Amino acid sequence: MPDNQLTPGIAPDRLDASDYAENFADLHPRLDAHEALVAADRCYFCHDAPCITACPTDIDIPLFIRQIATGTPQAAAETILTQNILGGMCARVCPTETLCEEACVREAAEGKPVLIGQLQRYATDTLMEANVHPFQRAPATGKSVAIVGAGPAGLACAHRLAMHGHDVTLYDARSKAGGLNEFGIAAYKTVDQFAEREVDWLLQIGGITVKTGQKLGADIMLNQLRTEFDAVFLGIGLGGVNALGLDHENKTGVEDAVGFIADLRQAQDLAKVPVGRDVVVIGGGMTAIDAAVQAKLLGALNVTLVYRRGRDRMNASRFEQDLAASKGVRIITNASPVALHGNGSVREIEFEYTKDDLSPTGQTFRLAADQVFKAIGQTLAGEGLPDLEGRKIAVTGPGRTSVPGVWAGGDCAAGGDDLTVTAVAEGREAAEDINRSLAV
Amino acid sequence: MASLASNFAGISSPNPFWLASAPPTDKEYNVRRAFEAGWGGVVWKTLGEDGPPIVNVNGPRYGAIWGADRRLLGLNNIELITDRPLQVNLDEMARVKKDYPDRALIASLMVPVDEDSWKIILDRVLETGCDGVELNFGCPHGMSERGMGSAVGQVPDYVQQVTEWCKKHSDLPVIVKLTPNITDIRKPAQAAHDGGADAVSLINTINSITSVNLDSFAPEPTIDGKGAHGGYCGPAVKPIALNMVAEIARSPSLSGLPISGIGGITTWRDAAEFLALGAGNVQVCTAAMTYGFKIVQEMISGLSQYMDEKGFRSVDEIVGRAVPNCSDWQHLNLNYVTKARINQDLCIKCGRCYAACEDTSHQAISMTPDRVFDVIDAECVACNLCVNVCPVESCITMEELQPGTVDERTGKVVEKDYANWTTHPNNPGSCAAE
Repeated sequence: MPDNQLTPGIAPDRLDASDYAENFADLHPRLDAHEALVAADRCYFCHDAPCITACPTDIDIPLFIRQIATGTPQAAAETILTQNILGGMCARVCPTETLCEEACVREAAEGKPVLIGQLQRYATDTLMEANVHPFQRAPATGKSVAIVGAGPAGLACAHRLAMHGHDVTLYDARSKAGGLNEFGIAAYKTVDQFAEREVDWLLQIGGITVKTGQKLGADIMLNQLRTEFDAVFLGIGLGGVNALGLDHENKTGVEDAVGFIADLRQAQDLAKVPVGRDVVVIGGGMTAIDAAVQAKLLGALNVTLVYRRGRDRMNASRFEQDLAASKGVRIITNASPVALHGNGSVREIEFEYTKDDLSPTGQTFRLAADQVFKAIGQTLAGEGLPDLEGRKIAVTGPGRTSVPGVWAGGDCAAGGDDLTVTAVAEGREAAEDINRSLAV
Repeated sequence: MASLASNFAGISSPNPFWLASAPPTDKEYNVRRAFEAGWGGVVWKTLGEDGPPIVNVNGPRYGAIWGADRRLLGLNNIELITDRPLQVNLDEMARVKKDYPDRALIASLMVPVDEDSWKIILDRVLETGCDGVELNFGCPHGMSERGMGSAVGQVPDYVQQVTEWCKKHSDLPVIVKLTPNITDIRKPAQAAHDGGADAVSLINTINSITSVNLDSFAPEPTIDGKGAHGGYCGPAVKPIALNMVAEIARSPSLSGLPISGIGGITTWRDAAEFLALGAGNVQVCTAAMTYGFKIVQEMISGLSQYMDEKGFRSVDEIVGRAVPNCSDWQHLNLNYVTKARINQDLCIKCGRCYAACEDTSHQAISMTPDRVFDVIDAECVACNLCVNVCPVESCITMEELQPGTVDERTGKVVEKDYANWTTHPNNPGSCAAE
């Protein structure tokens, strides 16, 4: 008899086979042609549009929407991709409700912004399905650049440098490129191997050699790269996971949320991904939400997300919080973990209610837990890196680090929100700066 | 409650909403459904002379242009007059009129320009018991190539001649339907009037090509790779129709000539506007073709509510109310000075007013880094473009400068008294108002 939702412990096969397909279907299916025209028609083509200002990659949103409205979605895609080569993924994962769509004047007018994210997806999907790559390389410069980390920052940097005619070697510690697009992010936001397809499409520019399984500090060394290449870009993300700081944190069932999400994203068969009956996720960011929702979708009976501050302080957007609630995730705020209980495997986790300033209240409660996901932030991992600012690589201007010839961008670099779209912007800007420096 | 009862050129109907002569009125089945839905009258689709039936194309008959969400704004057709045998139409008309005696039933007619043809058809329609005839001098496609329809309507002498024949051979009220495909609508209207017409109806459709297929390089609608101009109608033509109705209504020599207003009427409000400009009733086609016959219920309830709110007891109290205010440019008050005003509470900061004024008008709107838009009175000529491009209703309005205040643009004090171009010092032909 297969496992079901009531089976205690961490188990696979909690649902019927058909449930997995339904649960992990596309969160926002692509607009059809008519829906796109209707949505595009709502754009007012604002002067010096607020949505452009709100976009970290400065996409000319009114222009691309007008191009959709006039029946040229591939031209729209080119407008998008010129600014953001990962415009397809950003259309899926950007928290548009706090970026372009929050700034949309129709949000101010009637609380219903133009569906910018979904229109962007319509345009970029149309172009990618036609297998068109609208960019070409400049004549070869003979210069070479090493990029460490094939996530959004590294990919954006690589593409822009390749366009300028430089030869790029793109290293990544993982088995394939894509970074968090491939190994993070909830599966229902990027169905049908979109992350992988987008990387393949991006590499059509040519001039980019991908080398996977190459970890900085182990397989490749920064000093060696500086010698072999004319410039280096670090887009290594945040490889470490913050610990709870509790006793017995190595109990069976206490796991990193990022590892859970990565395993799920790489699973050939979602039914084989084990999940607890009673799951507790600790954290308030996008990783916490993605882990909690997907645990629920895998068939966990009870999923509780616990955050130490109030909901307004959660990094996950209101849309994401509501999504989690709609999937049956219980959200508890103003509570911090104080103890893990269980003999060998975790059985319960104990929390203490906290005030907004995180001071303890003395009131505690326990939640049944056979699986606990830690999602309280990630940290920069690695040694011999350029100077840090706080816990990230210090950068000035377009990603210049303390080490000459070395740039950094994305989550590993100080400043900016840890968003895909921000990483793309930083990678692109660093590429332009590298290009200028190589021309001297 | 106000009465919507209508008496147009001696023809009574329970309301002023008639269906125009067109595909919706081509047969008994449709017309019965229209009357059941509440239409006050129907102008039956144009009848031609007896003989072999008219032939239509077997490809598309309509082309269109659309607004947001494929809202149909303009429709073009190349359909001809009824392609059903004359006797079939006459029999159906007689049956319908018998069953709906309170509704207006008008026969639209189009036959060659000779007296016998008109006498014969008039005799035939008399047997239907219809309330009047409408002479189709407007249809601009197909039949016009055969010397009928707008080919007649474009020659005032023909209009007058045929009208005279019809008055001579029939006691029925004669409505002359005018084509807008002319330079001055007053000329054929005058000809109809001089020929003894009981009323005119306008506008018929406008010569048009709705679009061009950029793959086949053929105009739409395309028949086997070719296209011919059609007749344009629908909401897009309403402003043209309103002007032509007003031109006739305010023409002294046409005073008292009843007008049946046609052209893009889609709502009760459109209808009321035509009435205010002098139309005694209205005819509708495209709106019914777009939404079905049921729209008349909104027209009835809307006009009724409006009349109650205004205290109008009959439709005739609306008719022509706006005509005295239709003037010529030279008589507009040049001492009436306004400035645009932007309501900052309503502004959604889209900046369209700024783009329009900055790029295409008078650079009279300022923009701050935090997107506050304001009017620069010293530059504003009160053109109203910002009002028209603003997506928020009533966000930008035009405020009248009171007499005695200074117009910052001209530096002049706003005068209290009316003054127009005819007396303006810059007008070489001006004469002092003494």
